[in-house]
Amino acid sequence: LAELADSPELPDFSLLKRLARDQLIYLLEQLPGKKDLFIEADLMSPLDRIANVSTLKQHEVDKLYKVEYKPIISTSDQVCFLIRPRIQTVKWIYVANADKAAGKFRRYKIIFTPQKFYACEAVLEEQGLFGDVTTDEWAFYLLPLDDDIISLELPEFFRDNFLAGDQRWVRTVGSALHLLHSIYGPFSKIYGIGRCAKMAYESWKEQVEEGDTKARQAEIGNAFLIDRDVDYITPLCSQVVYEGLVDDIFRIKCGCVEFGHDVTSSDKSVKVMLNSQDKVFSEIRNEHFSNVFSFLSQKARNLQTAYDKRRGMDIKQMKTFVSEELKGLKQEHRLLSLHIGACESIMKKKTKQDFQELLKTEHSLLEGFEIRECISFIEEHINRQVSMIESLRLLCLLSITENGLLPKDFRALKAQYLQSYGVDHLLTFANLRQLGLLVEQQPGETLTVMESKVGKLVNDKTAGKLTDAFSSLAKKSHFRALSRKLNLVPKSDEEYDLRVPRDMAYIFSGAYIPLSCKLIEQVLERDSWTGLEEVTKLLNGHEFAFTGSNGADLRAKSDAQRIILVMFLGGCTFSEISALRFLGRERGYKFIVVTTAITNSSRLIEALLGNKV
Amino acid sequence: MMKNKPDEEDYWNSSKFKAFTFDDEDDEFSRLKESKQAVNSIRSLVEEEDDEDEVEKVSWSGEPVGRKTKPGNFQPFTDSLSESSVKLYAPELRKPKSESKDYISDWSPEETIHRMQQGKVVSLERFRSLQDKLLLLDFSVRAHDGNIITAVILFTLTSIIRVLFRELESRQTALRHFIHYLTEIRDHRLLLELLSNLFFSLPFSPEESAHVQDHYTLLERQIIIEATDRLAEHAGKVEIFQKFPRRASILNMPLITTLYYCCFYHYNEPEGTYSSPLNIRHTFRISEKQYFVTVLAARAKLKAWSDLDALFTSRNWLGFTKKKSPLSFHRVVDILQKNSAPTQVLQEYVGLVDDADLRIGLAQKHKCHDIVINTYRDLKDRQLLLGYRGKVERGSAEERKINDLLDSPVRKRRNYDHHHHYQHVT
Repeated sequence: LAELADSPELPDFSLLKRLARDQLIYLLEQLPGKKDLFIEADLMSPLDRIANVSTLKQHEVDKLYKVEYKPIISTSDQVCFLIRPRIQTVKWIYVANADKAAGKFRRYKIIFTPQKFYACEAVLEEQGLFGDVTTDEWAFYLLPLDDDIISLELPEFFRDNFLAGDQRWVRTVGSALHLLHSIYGPFSKIYGIGRCAKMAYESWKEQVEEGDTKARQAEIGNAFLIDRDVDYITPLCSQVVYEGLVDDIFRIKCGCVEFGHDVTSSDKSVKVMLNSQDKVFSEIRNEHFSNVFSFLSQKARNLQTAYDKRRGMDIKQMKTFVSEELKGLKQEHRLLSLHIGACESIMKKKTKQDFQELLKTEHSLLEGFEIRECISFIEEHINRQVSMIESLRLLCLLSITENGLLPKDFRALKAQYLQSYGVDHLLTFANLRQLGLLVEQQPGETLTVMESKVGKLVNDKTAGKLTDAFSSLAKKSHFRALSRKLNLVPKSDEEYDLRVPRDMAYIFSGAYIPLSCKLIEQVLERDSWTGLEEVTKLLNGHEFAFTGSNGADLRAKSDAQRIILVMFLGGCTFSEISALRFLGRERGYKFIVVTTAITNSSRLIEALLGNKV
Repeated sequence: MMKNKPDEEDYWNSSKFKAFTFDDEDDEFSRLKESKQAVNSIRSLVEEEDDEDEVEKVSWSGEPVGRKTKPGNFQPFTDSLSESSVKLYAPELRKPKSESKDYISDWSPEETIHRMQQGKVVSLERFRSLQDKLLLLDFSVRAHDGNIITAVILFTLTSIIRVLFRELESRQTALRHFIHYLTEIRDHRLLLELLSNLFFSLPFSPEESAHVQDHYTLLERQIIIEATDRLAEHAGKVEIFQKFPRRASILNMPLITTLYYCCFYHYNEPEGTYSSPLNIRHTFRISEKQYFVTVLAARAKLKAWSDLDALFTSRNWLGFTKKKSPLSFHRVVDILQKNSAPTQVLQEYVGLVDDADLRIGLAQKHKCHDIVINTYRDLKDRQLLLGYRGKVERGSAEERKINDLLDSPVRKRRNYDHHHHYQHVT
């Protein structure tokens, strides 16, 4: 679909990078003189995006080390640690520090980012290091990963908040929102759903009231906050849009992917930045995978034509060609061959794991169709010891779509899972149950016979699948109800042309519209939650909508009003981002996605594994 | 960063009585006009539990005198806040008495929480009664800031945590922060004590205990098997260990991996031995399907096709043999193919696939020509046969077979729409 001509301009988020860099430099200068810098492993890539080694060297950083939980070997008189506020890391700093015993004097500084926690300082105090070590905060809240994606790079948010029930990051999120609001706001309206979203909103509100606000021209109109636990279905589905698929298979880290030799067809692996700067990638990232091949081959033909222009050129033309076009063509050539290589590698991997059948199972679960077959597919998956993550993912999908497993199925599948992958996964099951991702149906949850009969009349797909329809409809299922109310699962008997998507369902091959994005669409359309009462009830409430105060003008229809910030608390997937981009093109909005981290099914499940404690 | 003056002024103008409202659960802020009498009575109350009346007297003072003298005194302390990196409230707690006089310690619980959130110095020493401590905790929970919730527990409650278990039980949010903190610092002793005191459902249900018991039994088995097999391998007398050296120890592997191992190295052992696959199957109540899948994978890896033949063959009462599988045969084919089974073996199992569509698909994929040709013959579909002739090798037996069929005068040559005429071929 053609982009609307008057699509609003996105705000310039590079300012956030500059701010973070300047603050880091300031902090480094607080420790004058040469110093060695120890950087937490998962801060390396984010740091890379905003500063390079020479910036650090300019501010007298001598050697750089990665925090590896090994003894410190630095010979410098001053050591600086740049870490996340984690107790484990702070403890390591103590263990590694044998200086005191050796009677050596060194200056230590710990820079916590994005903030420090009292609990971390308590560890320092307990170890008797409190006075010897100075601590500071680097308020590096937001890392722009692309023109329209900003990440807090806090994957642990998900586990800490939703599993442990620890609200340590709530204020962090509030502060991040506050930062965006004070640079790009004021927001006209702020909507949200979820317990954490509500708390983050309140924390933000409080911070707004503390500070003084200057009247400014808003660059972002509305904001939407959503908790990951509002919609677990979407991140659990296999991704089939190019960017999501690349993330599922190669794992995109901080906007960068490492393609191995199977992609590059050489001995070396290559690191590639995946963002809108990559002209090839930016055209295919939101496409359904089935379209990507034909697009790339068309692109390759065009490239060939451009190269062929050289023939019959005279010297002067050739010179211009080399100086003006060749570099661009070579760059495009390189990118094209990389993405073609990636596609081939994806095809190979997916054919090997019977991707088609896997997708069929997922779609059946979403539709609530042939559930018995799905269960035996999952069972065979477990029996054959195919990836333990995949098996859990399918089990969770089954449980959420069916509103829990029948006790007999639950016990059998759990027993087989433990036998196949190890009994230590008892803890994994406990975690999944706590989040409501994988549960056993409680007796009394079944509907009355009458209700199930009515349900069957309304929703039975094929007359031949009586037992099936019965077993899947004879329970109260939130997902089914939500799916019906919001039309999440398009009718399967209609052809869905993936080249010309008609709705957001295209990101799942036309089988399912992501619940998270559908909610956003509905609320924006209504400009409130009115009319969605039944939906929010099924989602356990916690929805809110507030009109911005302090000078937020409602002079609607300015460009900024069509810029919408969506904040995912607990992570969002590339598929959701693609769906929002589609929605934006359809409705003349531009979405800015802010997330605590980019997630996908594997990351989500891995965060809940209990077998490595 | 900080607006020193107004901040302090605000405080002195508004918070006079806030500090005394800790036992007023409802709405302490609406009670700003509390009488002096009330103040005094509470003062005496606190003095009773608090020996450090010197400090307390100064800090509570709502008198204008105190108000005038103070700001000058605590100016340096607020100054140091702007670089709050070194100074924190925790060491403040240990400051000598004389010094602590110099700063205010009568922030209300709410104010205290608020200042902590901003990283400002606070004094927690005035929260000494259990009631005060819990009130502070409740305010921290209300602020939705996990950092502060944990800090309050850590700095005011840990010393008395054992008497607090009950209080925490009704404060789920705070409790979860405490549990998470204990998990992070790996204080398993206190964690266990806490959990068992709270009548928490301990991690394992009866059903789960059975899994743990099974695991224990499994470990015992693994130890025996590992010891025996390592000896056998070293002795070099058992052929299979020579041909396929063991890659890793079996200890701590999941049950199915152990079963696979036994199917691989100990398949034909009598059921009486610990390492016999059948024995493992019975001991651990492994489902028929799971057992089949594992045997299949292990024996296919060894290319022991005759074992598979025996595995799937059952005899009915007339003595006829029949192939049966708890696993659909197209999956069987899939597993065999992944273990690079030869075409003759694949063909046998492809032929057993019930669904004709699926069967033809698999037969074509694995080049089981006979099955394709026979199916088309049974469908009496001349077009499909003609089409398939192009796919087999020139001059091969398959091509001849197709030619024979096409030439055969007996058959009625008609073309059917093959989609509508699939039938079961037995």
